[in-house]
Amino acid sequence: MMNSDFWRAFVRNKGAVLGLVILIAIVVLAVFASVFFPGDPWEMATAPFQPPLSEDALLGSDMLGRDIASGIAHGARVSLLIGLTSTAAALAIGVTLGALAGFHGGKVDDAIMRFTELFQTIPNFVLAVVLVAIFTPSLTTIVAAIAIVSWPPLARLSRAEFLSLRSREFVQAAITTGQSNGTIILRQILPNSLSPIIVSASLMVATAILLESSLSFLGLGDPNAMSWGYMIGAARTVIRQAWWMSVFPGLAIVLTVLALNLVGEGLNDALNPKLARSRG
Amino acid sequence: MLGFAQLFASRLVKAAAILIAIVVMNFFLVHAAPGDPAMVMAGEAGAADEKFVTQLREQFGLDRPLYEQLGTYVGKVVRGDLGFSYRQQRPVWDILAERLPATLVLTLTAFLLALAAGVALGTLAAVAVGTWADSAITVVALLAYATPIYWIGLMLSLLFSIQLGWLPAFGYETIGAGYTGLAHVADVAVHLILPVITLALFYMAGYARLTRASMLEVRGLDFVKTAKAKGLTQSRIVTRHVLRNAILPVITVAGIQAGQLVGGSILIETVFAWPGIGRLAFEAVLQRDYQVLLGIFLVTSIMVILFNILTDILYGLVDPRIQVSQ
Repeated sequence: MMNSDFWRAFVRNKGAVLGLVILIAIVVLAVFASVFFPGDPWEMATAPFQPPLSEDALLGSDMLGRDIASGIAHGARVSLLIGLTSTAAALAIGVTLGALAGFHGGKVDDAIMRFTELFQTIPNFVLAVVLVAIFTPSLTTIVAAIAIVSWPPLARLSRAEFLSLRSREFVQAAITTGQSNGTIILRQILPNSLSPIIVSASLMVATAILLESSLSFLGLGDPNAMSWGYMIGAARTVIRQAWWMSVFPGLAIVLTVLALNLVGEGLNDALNPKLARSRG
Repeated sequence: MLGFAQLFASRLVKAAAILIAIVVMNFFLVHAAPGDPAMVMAGEAGAADEKFVTQLREQFGLDRPLYEQLGTYVGKVVRGDLGFSYRQQRPVWDILAERLPATLVLTLTAFLLALAAGVALGTLAAVAVGTWADSAITVVALLAYATPIYWIGLMLSLLFSIQLGWLPAFGYETIGAGYTGLAHVADVAVHLILPVITLALFYMAGYARLTRASMLEVRGLDFVKTAKAKGLTQSRIVTRHVLRNAILPVITVAGIQAGQLVGGSILIETVFAWPGIGRLAFEAVLQRDYQVLLGIFLVTSIMVILFNILTDILYGLVDPRIQVSQ
């Protein structure tokens, strides 16, 4: 899939290239956070309320003298980790249900789509807040809650893909040669429906990061993991005196989510024409 | 309007089914809460001795089989009994009813503003496709999609209340001003501006993009060519023919996103100290008041169902095909 055709189409989208560059920079920042900013981001590093461009704090310090820049670097880890794992979990739920609905049709399809519709009606952020609050905030509960509220669009998408591929000749041929349903779903249909799923998954990472930041803004983050939303939530009450405490973590979120959205659009441009060609 | 009435009735049945499913889900969430519900209640009431817990268990029927408890719970919800908050020593429904109007005003205004402004901007972008106005709208939409709404709220209040001092930064009304009548309405409206704009911005961006794409698609269809051939003016073609058809997918998406909009009010009300259900949710999270939190879950779900019915009505009013069956 990562052949030269793909790259040529991806690079043609200027926004996608910009997004990829920003994203790589953020990944580097996250991976080497402990190298750039050794020490615990929760520890006091300098005097409290230091404005940006101070001696030991490039982006200033917070109410407890913690370094904002260090918090942003360590927070990048949490954001990316939660974004990726919760998307993987949402993919597992959504694609499984969508595949079953689209492949079997009839009553199975009806039941699964009713279930999906229920989850689409429920105000998903409220459900995430309720779940994390009841099961106490931790990385695991946050990832689970985000996955539980974000799988429905993936289920709808994979159902549509499976439904249309189900009647194609190569699937009919596989059925005639007596392959089992599991084999047909995993080996025949799934590889052919991957492109749109990859595109939505890349956009979902961005949504998951926004959701995580909103949860930790409300104080529902993992109490041991420094995160961008937590930093903004904690600095909210002192915004009058210290704008930098909420502005910089917010910019980090905007940049990351924007980069992911741009890359997602680039993937869409690069993968979908190919899909059209292979179908036509 | 037989077609419309039928559509509406079938949607009502569906809404009722979803509502029942949500009530059942709420029941299981109460049971999933860590620890025995009786222990949790006892803890919330500030006493945890053995006898009190046993008494609570009997009083609330927690020693009964699960399906029986579910039956009791559904019966209570139907009668408007959403449980009791031991933190606040008041029935959950009373607490919610007090906060509901503020949230309804906020979310409804934001919803209608997002739809109206989104469609207007999208139309402008589609008519001026390829110009600077089109590009500007696209860039703003992309940015609005990437920005957490609570942070937009903070930045807007930093600019318009703290720096410029034009608008109040938080609250529902000026405390102690004692306005009545029209002056009171105007006071609330001024406090409403920042929260509503913040909440509406994200969705407005989405609807603008969707309207633009949809209009560009409809513009090339045969009936638009017919309208042109009839010699209709450009503005009449855009408003009566293109927009009326292009707006349908926007209304559908708006209905689907109603849930997110209602959920977003938790963040907005927290930022602007707007005394509605969202702010209550934040307080309930801080105090780990699960009864109130689950009540909020139920009430916001009902709000979403009502918003969906509202979009169905809008769809029926706009869709030219439904009116044909009159």
